[in-house]
Amino acid sequence: MRLRAQRHGDRVVVRVLMSHPMENGRRRDEAGRLVPAWHIREVMVQLDGHTVMTAQWGPSVSVDPFLQFHLRGAQAPAGSRLAVTWTDSRGEQRRDETLIG
Amino acid sequence: MPSIAPMMNRRELLGHGARLAGLLAGLGLLPEAAQAAWREAAFAATDLARVWTALGISAPQESADIRLIAPDLAENGAAVSLGCATRLEGVRRLLLLVERNPTVLCALFEVGPAVEPDVLIRTRMAESSPVWAVALMDDARVLYARRTVEVTLGGCGG
Repeated sequence: MRLRAQRHGDRVVVRVLMSHPMENGRRRDEAGRLVPAWHIREVMVQLDGHTVMTAQWGPSVSVDPFLQFHLRGAQAPAGSRLAVTWTDSRGEQRRDETLIG
Repeated sequence: MPSIAPMMNRRELLGHGARLAGLLAGLGLLPEAAQAAWREAAFAATDLARVWTALGISAPQESADIRLIAPDLAENGAAVSLGCATRLEGVRRLLLLVERNPTVLCALFEVGPAVEPDVLIRTRMAESSPVWAVALMDDARVLYARRTVEVTLGGCGG
């Protein structure tokens, strides 16, 4: 996962690029069989170990999802540790961290 | 050696939970209770009415305070940036919906006080469709902005 946090005035812009096939269950393979749905369902954002945002996603989020959100700068001082974790419909997880500048 | 620690009864435990949730909210954090289970029915819904029912929403109101971030025209439906933002205080959840997708609800965000209600994701759009940015407020109001995005090439496959 690519994770970037940039301070702009009184907010921190966070951009996340996740790597995931995000199969929506409607695509057919070369043999004409439906490829089963397999997509990120939950995203958790933690600041210094505390959950500050969660998301649930359906199958219509794009392949290799891009997410942008904003932290309030006062709540995310320089040196805060930002972690993003996704969990997909198979229960697989990926977590990445970055330090906020 | 057997444990001699007193067992907490259910009522005490719930009371502690409520106090903890209040404490966490004061710190700008999301209480664990907000991290709800996967909302199967809402994400399986094939029309708006079923999404509202599954999420317990009754009377959404159009509001100029909600900003829908979306292109007027998307050449490729496989990756359309959709966002929802507002300067209002007291936002609990944000939703993004594509009315004519096979399943209507794209994303649901639970935002704690440390997060500004301003999120954006890339979505797939099967065809030209009205899209919705919805904010669920602490005072139970449901506010939305809605606009049609024209899609040249659908992006849902199948």
